[in-house]
Amino acid sequence: MEAYLFYLLAAVTVIGTVLAITEKHPVHAIVYLVSSFFSLAAIFFLLAAPLIAMFEVIIYAGAVMVLFMFVIMMLDVGRSGDGLRPGLRQWLPAMLLAGVILALLGMMLAHGGWPAPGAGAAATLRDFSLTLFRQHGVAIEIISLQLLFAVVGALYFGKRRGP
Amino acid sequence: MIVPLTHVLILAGILFALGVLCVLVWRSNVIMLLIGIEIMLNAAMLVFVGGARHWGTADGQVFALMIMAMTSAEVSLALALVVHLHRKRDTVNVDALTTGSRPGAPEPSAGPLEEGPEA
Repeated sequence: MEAYLFYLLAAVTVIGTVLAITEKHPVHAIVYLVSSFFSLAAIFFLLAAPLIAMFEVIIYAGAVMVLFMFVIMMLDVGRSGDGLRPGLRQWLPAMLLAGVILALLGMMLAHGGWPAPGAGAAATLRDFSLTLFRQHGVAIEIISLQLLFAVVGALYFGKRRGP
Repeated sequence: MIVPLTHVLILAGILFALGVLCVLVWRSNVIMLLIGIEIMLNAAMLVFVGGARHWGTADGQVFALMIMAMTSAEVSLALALVVHLHRKRDTVNVDALTTGSRPGAPEPSAGPLEEGPEA
């Protein structure tokens, strides 16, 4: 049952992403991407990571995508984007490179060498919290410093200078 | 584990390839390019979470959390930069943004680099 759900959600994720990157209008692309991220959050939940699934919904589908939408509407880039649609000259080399990546993935799969099935028990929320704050405490501090720097940098760039 | 790790890795690989495709194709709109970076980071997070489930440890989930915090910092800075450049140059085309927008810097003569209205 959960396996079928995984494949269904994987199909929704891939189709949503394909529609998002081929869509001309940025606002429509954002909406497709939000649906894709929702199904990815459900995949995270199926992979026994409920906290990551929750953060995916709150931060990605909520905050980050709304931030994108806000900037799109503030700059008004969706209206005048008619002549900016990438043509075949842009699509061909990019699809060639993506095909190379997928072919490498297929070659790795064909040659096998995957690790044996590991431990069956999933990490609980308690394990997650203990690992986060006992073993990776310095990383938490560095990440919080980085967020602070990002706020300062965004304020610097967003400040209206000039006469 | 409900599905083999291989299938999770296949899904992550497809998502990563789609993100690369988006970054390479949408040079005419820097916002779509940033969306491609988001797709690639999501694929990386899927690999971490799948690995954490496969080996039964929590470290992968911790690093997925780190990626998420890094992404929010990156998106806020990048979108502030997009707003700043749009004010200076009045474009979101990456090919037109060949120089920084230092006020008073000499403009390169070639290319469609007309100065936007000063903010």
